[in-house]
Amino acid sequence: MIHLEGVSQYYGRHQVLHDLNLTLGEGEVLGLFGHNGAGKTTTIKLILGLLRPDRGNVLTLGRSPNQVDMRRQIGYLPENVMFYPQLSGLETLRYFARLKQAPLTQVKSLLEQVGLSEAANQKVKTYSKGMRQRLGLAQALLGEPRLLLLDEPTVGLDPIATADLYELVDGLRRQGAGIILCSHVLPGVEPHIDRAAILGHGRLRAEGSLGELRRQAQAPIRLRLSGVKHRDQCLERWKDQIPDMRPVNAHSLEIATDAQHKLELLKVLLTSIQVEDVDIHQPGLEDLYRYFIADDPAQIKETQQ
Amino acid sequence: MSQIWRIAQKEVSDGLRNRWLLAITMTFAILAIGIAWFGSAASGEIGFSNVETTIASLTSLASFLIPLIALLVAYDAIVGEDEGGTLLLLLTYPLSRMHLLIGKFCGHSIILGLAAVAGFGSAALAIVVFAEGVVVSEVLAAFGRFILSSTLLGWSFLALAYLVSALVTEKKRAAGLALSIWFLFVLVFDLALLALLTSTEGGMSPETLPWLLMLNPTDIYRLINLAAMNGFGGVSGALAIGADLPLTHGLWLGLAVWVAAPLLLAHVAFMRRAI
Repeated sequence: MIHLEGVSQYYGRHQVLHDLNLTLGEGEVLGLFGHNGAGKTTTIKLILGLLRPDRGNVLTLGRSPNQVDMRRQIGYLPENVMFYPQLSGLETLRYFARLKQAPLTQVKSLLEQVGLSEAANQKVKTYSKGMRQRLGLAQALLGEPRLLLLDEPTVGLDPIATADLYELVDGLRRQGAGIILCSHVLPGVEPHIDRAAILGHGRLRAEGSLGELRRQAQAPIRLRLSGVKHRDQCLERWKDQIPDMRPVNAHSLEIATDAQHKLELLKVLLTSIQVEDVDIHQPGLEDLYRYFIADDPAQIKETQQ
Repeated sequence: MSQIWRIAQKEVSDGLRNRWLLAITMTFAILAIGIAWFGSAASGEIGFSNVETTIASLTSLASFLIPLIALLVAYDAIVGEDEGGTLLLLLTYPLSRMHLLIGKFCGHSIILGLAAVAGFGSAALAIVVFAEGVVVSEVLAAFGRFILSSTLLGWSFLALAYLVSALVTEKKRAAGLALSIWFLFVLVFDLALLALLTSTEGGMSPETLPWLLMLNPTDIYRLINLAAMNGFGGVSGALAIGADLPLTHGLWLGLAVWVAAPLLLAHVAFMRRAI
């Protein structure tokens, strides 16, 4: 659905994207992560045809993204979405539905879906940030888009609305829509994305499924054994074979391992040590994000200084 | 085409909502009726005198007012949407920048056109109904010409406002630039022309000088309305040099060019604008 090949982009002399390659397939959710100014929004604008790449090639839905007609199949929620303050939510959505040539019957059900039915006749200038965000989401869903680009969709949403949003994303993915979630807020997003792409200073630092990223990062999996009997003897006995074992509090041990050795290690430990509980802590997206961003030469330079 | 109409519709309903249409129509109506009946109060008479002097006074007032109103209506057409954050969203919808520009321009044009027809038209109607001894066909011809040229004048300053709006990145700068344009065309231009005329002391060819008036849409507008009067009674100042311009339809064409050219430039500027 989306194909970026060797894309470089400049703002004046400043290069904001370096040789970016990125793809998105049908029914796939891609998380696009990065710090402020990493190039996320620029990437989205290239996909939407709002910018023309200075170098490289962008294909959206198999075509050049500056073709106007194609945009009927795209839904976009911009970061900090804004509307006409003097229009009501209903009028706003009706206007955008007409522009997108979407059926006007969809307007009411969308307002209901995002929980704005009661505020539909209020002017948008009275809306809170979260309500504006939900209206933004509703307009992105007009015309049942095949491709959805959501830039910081959870900003301003309460936990329940956030959960609703993710549920919606899951539903659209099942229907075969391709979705890009653009964010720097990471917790909670993991179960809803198929792949993650991490951008740092305009370069793609890493890209792949969470499993792939974990392997790439060789990020340790932490096993925490709690309620260990005779903990100090255990520590003494195993410290040569398992160097990454360390005591945590009075009765717990923490062991760092990797995906390959995880099961084997667990078997050995559980047959020889008496424990009350085992916690397996997989490296999360946030850990991975930190790892790949820390790899960034610019960031390393910063820490050295 | 339908996208252009949808955008235009929104502008017109905005114009109704924020009372612009009503305010402009009322301004035009009060101005025209006031001048028709009280225009000759300075010379000691009250009451309707005749169509010629009414149109002459109305033209000189409207040539100040209409450009100002048009610039005020449209100076933020693009930069306002950009600052408000809606331009980004609109341009991801299935419509081109040209659709958006033309649609908005059509909407604003409809508002100004309606206001001119309703406002000045009501004055014409009042004259036909209440004034004594007027020839209806004369009133209609004079006011028809006046309304049409006023509308075109309004559109040309709308187009200039769009050019400003497409060029700048801040609403305040657009407002400043729009005011400068008004100042230039409505006040400075004629003075500069007069200065040129006196300083060259007839050194300029008398054939080319009148054509300089075509560089200013408000001068074309005044020529259209005053040249139709007998004996050019109301013409004075810089405008007098245009008295022997061998043009009738050419003036209309000139005004139309003053609508099309800035709009075309606005389109070019908008296409180059970074979003």
